[in-house]
Amino acid sequence: MKLNRRLFLGTSAAVAATLSAPMVRADGHGKPRVVVIGGGAGGATAARYIAKDSKGAVDVTLVEPTRTYYTCFFSNLYLGGFKSIDDIGHTYGNLAAAGVNVVHDWAVGVDRDAKTVSLAGGATLSYDKLVLSPGIDFVDGAVPGWDLSAQNAMPHAYKAGSQTELLKAQLAAMPEGGTFAMIAPPNPYRCPPGPYERVSMVAHFLKANNPTAKIIVADPKPKFSKMALFQEGWANHYEGMIDWIGEEFGGGEVSVDPAAMTVTIDGEETKVDVCNVIPAMKAGRIADIAGVTDGNWAPVNAADMSTKADADIYVLGDASQQGDMPKSGFSANSQAKVCANAVRGALTGSKVFPARFSNTCWSLIDTNDGVKVGATYEATPEKIAKVDGFISKTGESSDVRKATYEESEGWYAGITADMFG
Amino acid sequence: MAMTFARLSMTAAALLLGTMAAAEDLGDPKRGSRLYQECRSCHDVGRNAKNKVGPHLNELFGRPAASVKGFKYSRSLKRQAAGGLEWHVDTLHTFLENPRQMASGTRMSYRGMKAQQDRADLLAYLRQFSDNPANIPEADPTASAVDHDLAPEIPALKGDPDYGEYLSGECTTCHQAAGSDEGIPSIVLWPEDDFVIAMHAYKSKKRAHPVMQMVAGRLGDEEIAALAAYFGALELE
Ligand SMILES: Cc1cc2nc3c(=O)[nH]c(=O)nc-3n(C[C@H](O)[C@H](O)[C@H](O)COP(=O)(O)OP(=O)(O)OC[C@H]3O[C@@H](n4cnc5c(N)ncnc54)[C@H](O)[C@@H]3O)c2cc1C
Ligand code: HEC
Ligand code: HEC
Repeated sequence: MKLNRRLFLGTSAAVAATLSAPMVRADGHGKPRVVVIGGGAGGATAARYIAKDSKGAVDVTLVEPTRTYYTCFFSNLYLGGFKSIDDIGHTYGNLAAAGVNVVHDWAVGVDRDAKTVSLAGGATLSYDKLVLSPGIDFVDGAVPGWDLSAQNAMPHAYKAGSQTELLKAQLAAMPEGGTFAMIAPPNPYRCPPGPYERVSMVAHFLKANNPTAKIIVADPKPKFSKMALFQEGWANHYEGMIDWIGEEFGGGEVSVDPAAMTVTIDGEETKVDVCNVIPAMKAGRIADIAGVTDGNWAPVNAADMSTKADADIYVLGDASQQGDMPKSGFSANSQAKVCANAVRGALTGSKVFPARFSNTCWSLIDTNDGVKVGATYEATPEKIAKVDGFISKTGESSDVRKATYEESEGWYAGITADMFG
Repeated sequence: MAMTFARLSMTAAALLLGTMAAAEDLGDPKRGSRLYQECRSCHDVGRNAKNKVGPHLNELFGRPAASVKGFKYSRSLKRQAAGGLEWHVDTLHTFLENPRQMASGTRMSYRGMKAQQDRADLLAYLRQFSDNPANIPEADPTASAVDHDLAPEIPALKGDPDYGEYLSGECTTCHQAAGSDEGIPSIVLWPEDDFVIAMHAYKSKKRAHPVMQMVAGRLGDEEIAALAAYFGALELE
């Protein structure tokens, strides 16, 4: 740990030294440039912190196609009826006001030799440092019978927005006593408790609106995040409604037929009314295009989130392969601040402090029944390594669970303010 | 058979230990009744005790914090109560040593009772008013093993606000920099001392909240001082 810290500070000092020689740029532009691709939990935070902390000394451009970012976090609460879609939508006005150039477009190419990014609209951006936080895409063929063209019949709702609204509409339109199926993803994937919080929120909605309906979950995993807490909650609040089929009962042997609305689990075909397919995941495509992935994810150095493949490209959040942190919005936000500190240090010579990471994920099981799991992490030469952690206990009092839920609302307000200003 | 025997002897041992600890550590209620002068102006205890400036202190042991009907508690103490705070010997030691250690925004304006022995004597006195002794669980520790004193130099450390600014990134995911107070308390513009005392109370697990115990647990004295300096001087937009 000591050795690592010294090495890290050593390298950043070296970078600062090379930069103290004036940099000459082809277009005569004086300021160092950072391009951030993806305006989500990782990207928006990184862009905001680099712009804010460098006080205008660094030119920051954020590339994000959508004008309104709908957070995946709390999107399950929208399904459960606890939040409206507007509650989880955020725009980029304050980031622009804080000095970030926000460009609403897709990045389609990265030229690492020329250090440029090309956009779908035809523009080219040059960078000194490039930060990628593109979130996830789905692995082709992960669930036999399903591909992206079937996402309207069988939504994933694992990128929030119109997909989430569609799933909610389908849920509301379910016939009395109908069946809701979820195909859960294999590890590693975005938000480990996410599918199970979703099951809870769907059950909450159905209990009030369609109490004889059933939920089946086909899961390729033998166990899942906060399993004891969810199972206790399901037994307390939704007895007899949820059938979780784990790996040992063939939960991984699944195919779907979106035209017929059937799901086949371990050879047994079932007709369902709604089918939420959450396929296996990989880094957002642009990471692949930039050539910084190895397999499905982009390996990074824990000290500053720079990629193993290219010291001038950083990958944050879900797309990165960093070690022990779960793929969550909290993690992406935490990694973004470490990265912002390192990028600013490298470009302006400002002081670089050692990396510190943390994460907490709250889940809502039913009204005022919130649970959480969290940990702190440090950078080691190999990976981001877990230091210490905690998890809610089964059998906690309703006061504690209510306080936990209220905390999650405070956190939501806090992290979205931290991302978008 | 062997099982039953083992269990029986365990219980006996526990009982014995329990009484020994009680005899040793409970403190002197007579002396405690004199020390209670410091509380009397605000708290009633005993028959017909009413709420005054502070709530009555009957049945205090084992009672959830902030639970006396009809008394208007501070938000700060209510939040600790929502987090599961109950009054036992150990939590009372922490609270009476310095009430803000337990609840930064408490309405109890009392500096605190610094000497461990004084607190033990006072608590021995107050225990007499928890009239059903069965209220006091056998397993309840009757004296706290931890040393409650924060080394005097710790609150006096001067923090580096630049380092504090970097470290604050870990906090603003939950605590809004703009000082909003919904669900998670505001921590901006606090007196630095209160901030330091609160952080050390989490670090030493005198405050129960698991997230904050974890967060504070890996901060050193200098880092806490840096954060106190940074948040204490933050300009609100
Ligand atoms: C149902 C659900 C519940 C969740 N709940 C929680 C929770 O309670 N707590 C928590 O911490 N996390 C939660 N998460 C996880 C969290 O949403 C993600 O981990 C987080 O959003 C990851 O941040 P990111 O920056 O990696 O990606 P994202 O936030 O997904 O951001 C990626 C952005 O990049 C953009 N982009 C992609 N490709 C390009 C390109 N080529 N050019 C330009 N832009 C591009 C996208 O439009 C997107 O806006 C949940 C997720 C789900 C699905
Ligand atoms: C200046 C008035 C004042 C003095 C002196 C004072 N208290 Fe308090 N006390 C209060 C107030 C007000 C509260 C409620 C605190 C809150 O809501 O944050 C309180 C709360 C408490 C509580 C928590 C009760 C509950 O129901 O949760 C205890 C225990 C307590 N005091 C004990 C003492 C003891 C013992 C002393 C003497 C050493 C003392 N107090 C001195 C005003 C005082
Ligand atoms: C995961 C969310 C989270 C993070 C991150 C976090 N806190 Fe907290 N903090 C809380 C919650 C929730 C409480 C209320 C705890 C309680 O009831 O005791 C709290 C309480 C506090 C308090 C006491 C407030 C009071 O009114 O008594 C202080 C001081 C504090 N935090 C400082 C910090 C600092 C400094 C950091 C960063 C190093 C930090 N927190 C990081 C959630 C968080």
